[in-house]
Amino acid sequence: MDNNASISLSNPHPEGGTLLQKLGLAGVGISLVIFAVSLFNLTSGNQSLFLTVAMLLLMVGGALYGVEKYRHIPAGIKNNGVFKSSMTNRGIIGWIVGIILTTFYIALYWFPEWIGQGTGGANTGMVALFDPLAQLLKGQNASQWFVYGTFYTIAILVLGIKFLYKYRHNAYHRNRTIVVIISQLFLAYLIPEILEGLNYGTAGNYYGKDLKNMWPLNYYFTDGWYLDNLQKTVEQPLGMIYLVWGIILFLVVTPIITYYVGKRWYCSWVCGCGGLAETAGDPYRHLSDKSTDAWLLERILIHAVLVFVFIMTALLMVTYFSGYDFGIGLNRFLVLGIVAVIVTVVIVIQRKAYPHVPMTKLYVVGGIIVLGFAIYILTPLFFGENQSSTVYFSSYEFRSWYGFFVGSAFSGVIGVGFYPVLGNRVWCRFGCPLAGYMGLIQRFKSKFRITTNGGQCISCGNCSTYCEQGIDVRAYAQKGENIVRASCVGCGVCAAVCPRGVLKLENGPEEGRIHGPIEISSEGIKVVED
Amino acid sequence: MNHVVIIGNGISGITTARQVRKKSDARITVISAETEHFFSRTALMYIYMGHMKYENTKPYEDWFWKKNKINLVFDQVTEVDFEKKQLTLTKTTPVNYDKLVIATGSLPNKFGWPGQDLEGVQGLYSYQDLENMEKRSRSLKRAVIVGGGLIGIEMAEMFHSRNIPVTFLVREKSFWGKVLPREESAMVNSEILNNHIDLRLGEELEEILDDGKGQVIGVKTKGGEIINCGFVGLTVGVRPNIDFLRDTALEIDRGVLINERQETSVADVYAVGDCAQHRTPPSGRRNLEQIWYTGKIQGENCARNICGDKSHYDPGVFYNSAKFFEIEYQIYGEVPVPEPEGVASIYWEHPEANKSIRIVFEENSQSVIGFNLMGIRFRHEVCDKWLREKATLKTVVRDLRAAHFDPEFYKTYETEIKKLYEQTTGESIELSSLETLKNLIFKSA
Repeated sequence: MDNNASISLSNPHPEGGTLLQKLGLAGVGISLVIFAVSLFNLTSGNQSLFLTVAMLLLMVGGALYGVEKYRHIPAGIKNNGVFKSSMTNRGIIGWIVGIILTTFYIALYWFPEWIGQGTGGANTGMVALFDPLAQLLKGQNASQWFVYGTFYTIAILVLGIKFLYKYRHNAYHRNRTIVVIISQLFLAYLIPEILEGLNYGTAGNYYGKDLKNMWPLNYYFTDGWYLDNLQKTVEQPLGMIYLVWGIILFLVVTPIITYYVGKRWYCSWVCGCGGLAETAGDPYRHLSDKSTDAWLLERILIHAVLVFVFIMTALLMVTYFSGYDFGIGLNRFLVLGIVAVIVTVVIVIQRKAYPHVPMTKLYVVGGIIVLGFAIYILTPLFFGENQSSTVYFSSYEFRSWYGFFVGSAFSGVIGVGFYPVLGNRVWCRFGCPLAGYMGLIQRFKSKFRITTNGGQCISCGNCSTYCEQGIDVRAYAQKGENIVRASCVGCGVCAAVCPRGVLKLENGPEEGRIHGPIEISSEGIKVVED
Repeated sequence: MNHVVIIGNGISGITTARQVRKKSDARITVISAETEHFFSRTALMYIYMGHMKYENTKPYEDWFWKKNKINLVFDQVTEVDFEKKQLTLTKTTPVNYDKLVIATGSLPNKFGWPGQDLEGVQGLYSYQDLENMEKRSRSLKRAVIVGGGLIGIEMAEMFHSRNIPVTFLVREKSFWGKVLPREESAMVNSEILNNHIDLRLGEELEEILDDGKGQVIGVKTKGGEIINCGFVGLTVGVRPNIDFLRDTALEIDRGVLINERQETSVADVYAVGDCAQHRTPPSGRRNLEQIWYTGKIQGENCARNICGDKSHYDPGVFYNSAKFFEIEYQIYGEVPVPEPEGVASIYWEHPEANKSIRIVFEENSQSVIGFNLMGIRFRHEVCDKWLREKATLKTVVRDLRAAHFDPEFYKTYETEIKKLYEQTTGESIELSSLETLKNLIFKSA
């Protein structure tokens, strides 16, 4: 009698990971230590050496960790323990990561000197550590944005490789992730940096050279200085090409592609924000809020930002072409009052339209917006040179509000810094005006849908749980309805995690798209109706 | 029809409640002792494996019930007085009903094994079963699972996700051998072994061993082997959870007997879902059928009849699905095992991956009667249409691309099936182009 007959049949997935996986993690750890000590100028003896070592360790170690994590287990859905891990279920580790990320973004946007951005003089700290790489790529010293772009690209590259291994059985995810990595590495990082090395957009003539980063996601596209730079003689012909392409991309290319395949072509195939969310943010996708009040909040916020960006652009255009900027002097408290009234009115209207929905989140978010705006608008009363109670309301003032609240605070600090708390698509879902624009096309004029496979849904909820956009996919699938939602970025994870083969992302005729197949059973009874 | 009371808040009971609410403004009460709110019991395994939390398994947010005026009572019904139309509960005062719906689901089967009631011996059906399994998993060295069916393999995957060794006793010579054809069953056997489960085919449970303190310490198999373990999963099917209704006026066999309108032998009393036994089941269906969607259809049928729209139970062409570790399984129509006289199938299996397609047909008429799919997704509407219209094998093979439901960029296998068809029949055929199939794909419903 051999009671231990099957002891050799132990789980092929070693607890705590393989040796190579641990080595990879150690490499990442050492590289992070190097980056950390660089903040205190401890690497200044040999920046090139330290940077090379740190970057290699980060990339090789990170990729090794990601590959080893999944290589030894059978291909398939790998969500074991997601809700039990401190890192991925808002545990202490998750919060620590969130705080570090948030701090990094705050430094990046408002206090770049914290990470060593030189003001007038040479760089120090971490920014100086990246000087050799910036010199190599474009013959200039680094800036905080160069450091950010490099980290961002490495994150998408390395964690993209991890994602590729996690979903190696799935051709949709494989293709999508390869495109995301290539888009970031070449279009968003190497090509723009190298173009700067070729003296395009340098010497105060800066403009963004990421071909896919379009207005209104790229909100400074319509700034006067930016339009001027694009037209400068020394920047030609590239400047005009980027200007014309930027306009065509938004007005023609985007609506056409979105009509045929949905907004996924951008949001989860080429976009930088989406790319980071799909790779670095993947472990946090289940943290999105699926409640109907979050959905309501989403519709209010994303469309408010869309309106905001259109008004801002219109004002900027008027000022740019006419040269006239109406600087209406307004009392700061009056401006605060107007904003508070607008926010309150929107909430009250929505509260009436959806009386059954618990609206706590709306009140909290409304409160945060008003409070944030109050701090922003009232701070100059107490600090700075001109402590005036009057704010000169102009198109530039409006533009700077947008840059502060939407461009920096929302997309960066909340959008990425809060990955481990709010999920990986907060910005894409609640804020991105480009996503809002394409969402309207996707919802009302597109061939894209997620088809529900007849009556096979067992309401298990994997699809809704792993929807990073917080769509309650199950609510549709269990009724046999297709999923057509403005916010769907077409990442395809709902279809992948479904254990019953119920969901398929596809493009088909517009006719019958919205409700799609409703019933599978006989004449007598409909399974579901609504 | 003033007060509709439903015992059980599973998918059948809840569907009944929702559909009654859509059709009427009757007072609706749903009583359950399992959980306060409806959750999807199909997702129990995912809670254990950490894919989801209990909250994620609720298909409706908690405010939904109040908004739809469906009154939820978290209590156990102990007795039903059909004369007085009154229910006795453990905690609250008795509840009177005008219409009663019995939707109490199932209990795991126990076949009188010695030791079957020890601590650490259980099935997996209810939320309480999951809680017990969770408690038992701490410092568990080995689990033994008895019964080679869908719940058994789910339980094996659950323990496997936590690195707890599993011995899996399956009475048949091959996993789920009474339902899956030989090749598909063999594929699952090897998937189980690849996941390092100690699979014992053709092995049965003799008795469960006691540590002297009422705790399980091991099992003894019919082969005489003793396997030490701290947990025994009994997954040898389920039976209707209706013991509290025995010795009442209600006519009961294995389940509560119902007609095609979900009506029981007592006026104004209905039964739906797992606990209901059809007196005359629709053709091709069993009289007890514990499937998610048939529970839904019965719930809707019941609601219609309660509200006075006469309708009858008709679940249509059979279909179902499951997942064996990483292998997804779908079935449409009939796939009899073994194939009777006059029925044949063409079977294609991927040379490397765990993927296969089986198309079953009647040899005389050449009509396709079933599809069995491993690791490949087919489109329900298209298969359903073919099966209802008794499409010939030739038509199905020719148009097979229309049934493809795997994600975009996945390889499709219609050419392989076509070759197989041509080899078998000696007749060559031309595959339909995707363009000509568009109508079938998107308008088949």
